[in-house]
Amino acid sequence: MKKLIDNVEDVVNDALEGFVWAFPEYLHRVPGTHVLVRKRPKADGKVGIVSGGGSGHEPAHGGYVGYGMLDAAVSGEIFTSPTPDQILEGMRAAHHGQGVLLVIKNYTGDVLNFEIAQDLASDEGIETARVIVNDDVAVEDSLYTTGRRGIAGTVFVHKIAGAIAESGASLPAVQNGAQMVIDNVRSMGFALAPCTVPQAGKPTFTLAETEMEMGIGIHGEPGTHRQDVKPAHELAEFLLEQIAQDLKLEGGSHVACLINGMGATPLIELAILAKNVGTWLTAKQIAHDVVWMGEYMTSLEMAGASLTLLRLNEELRKWLHAPCDTPALRQGVGYDY
Amino acid sequence: MTTEQFVQLWQCFGTVVRAHQEHLDDLDRAIGDGDHGTNLTRGLGKMQDLWKDPIDTERNLADLSKKVGMTLLSTVGGASGALWGSALVKAAPVLPSASACDDETLVLWIETFVSNIEERGKAQVGDKTMVDVMRPAVNWLKASTQEGSARLPVLRELARQWSEDTKDLQARRGRASYLGARSIGHVDPGSFSSALWWACVDRVLGG
Repeated sequence: MKKLIDNVEDVVNDALEGFVWAFPEYLHRVPGTHVLVRKRPKADGKVGIVSGGGSGHEPAHGGYVGYGMLDAAVSGEIFTSPTPDQILEGMRAAHHGQGVLLVIKNYTGDVLNFEIAQDLASDEGIETARVIVNDDVAVEDSLYTTGRRGIAGTVFVHKIAGAIAESGASLPAVQNGAQMVIDNVRSMGFALAPCTVPQAGKPTFTLAETEMEMGIGIHGEPGTHRQDVKPAHELAEFLLEQIAQDLKLEGGSHVACLINGMGATPLIELAILAKNVGTWLTAKQIAHDVVWMGEYMTSLEMAGASLTLLRLNEELRKWLHAPCDTPALRQGVGYDY
Repeated sequence: MTTEQFVQLWQCFGTVVRAHQEHLDDLDRAIGDGDHGTNLTRGLGKMQDLWKDPIDTERNLADLSKKVGMTLLSTVGGASGALWGSALVKAAPVLPSASACDDETLVLWIETFVSNIEERGKAQVGDKTMVDVMRPAVNWLKASTQEGSARLPVLRELARQWSEDTKDLQARRGRASYLGARSIGHVDPGSFSSALWWACVDRVLGG
């Protein structure tokens, strides 16, 4: 295993320290915790937003802490949900008198730990609400499974819920907005090469030189099936067909797109994927409004990508274009000079 | 069960899980994300640190159950930390605030603990989770009370077998459920660590 680390045990702690050192104008670490909060807290009287999950998804989640997005991000060990006491610390820090919304990705561990934290926060008198992101169409959604996973579409939830909260909306209004994103966002991804969790020291799965894994999540777990590597346009088409079918997209729809690298995919390859997404959307007469391309929700050094489409209505479009200023996403911020 | 036995039981679990850490990670790598052994080892290690100084050992079973639960809840992470931890906290009031309890209370404690795991995890037997070992083990324990501690070596073997039997199941809960039919053919790591716990129950309370 070759990794740019000091000690396997210290990976998460050291990375959090590095984030705070590199973005001092944005981030503050709650002492003795794995919680990153806004350096300049949100004004009192606004709803706080807390997200988080295992580490290894950088820039998620600490990279989205800042104006117009998250108030606090809670990091667990690599690919492991944070514990309830840590999430509670995040909720305390994010609470500015109007309650706290938890953004949870649909994994058993995350849901359990965030639910327990929510109970603890309620006991302290903090008003709480939660949404559960489940955008991954690779996974069958059925009553007999844990349901779909939450993957890169989560970043759209951060962005839009954050904008609504910043406007001074109530906790139910912020929750409804976040849920509206979840109802309209779908994603799917693939891996060309697996990743290695530092503590495990070996890859989470192995692929032959000509193989790829389709329908992967963001924790190095195997996907839905294995196949021979295909050209970018075939991959784009396959993923978009799955997503569009699930969203029931038709000609005339408006969408926002996220072309997300899994950690070790060069931008030139993401751009080729993006070009093919554009070609496909044009052919289907689906209009795109916002495109994000880059690393937004990674899986350590996995090679591969995911595509996310968010079906837009006027309201979602408005919040999507609202300003935000975080280490990983900055837009529409005005300056006085 | 005495407080000494309680501590021995969890010390045993910590030691046995550490010895099987790599195997648990390998099982998890096949159908999950490969950290089940690492996570449990980390949390149980923190728990063992609680008892480094024997003078500090609690003389109260209810407090011990809560203390172990809170430690696991805040150090293991993932689903297993939430399940083991919150179940131990919730089951703590069943134990007396005293240094020993009778067998009936012990079984009730385990039963409460397992019911909480089922509720929190919304899992039942056949879902390919730790419940596939925990639930039949509690039921078997309740159905064989007259045999006393002599029955524990038998239960230990049964638990190992119930874990092995998860191989043929398709996962319906937890991360392995995303694999659908591809989860068949692998032992569930949570069921394996649960069987290790029952081995410790036998080692400390059996015979």
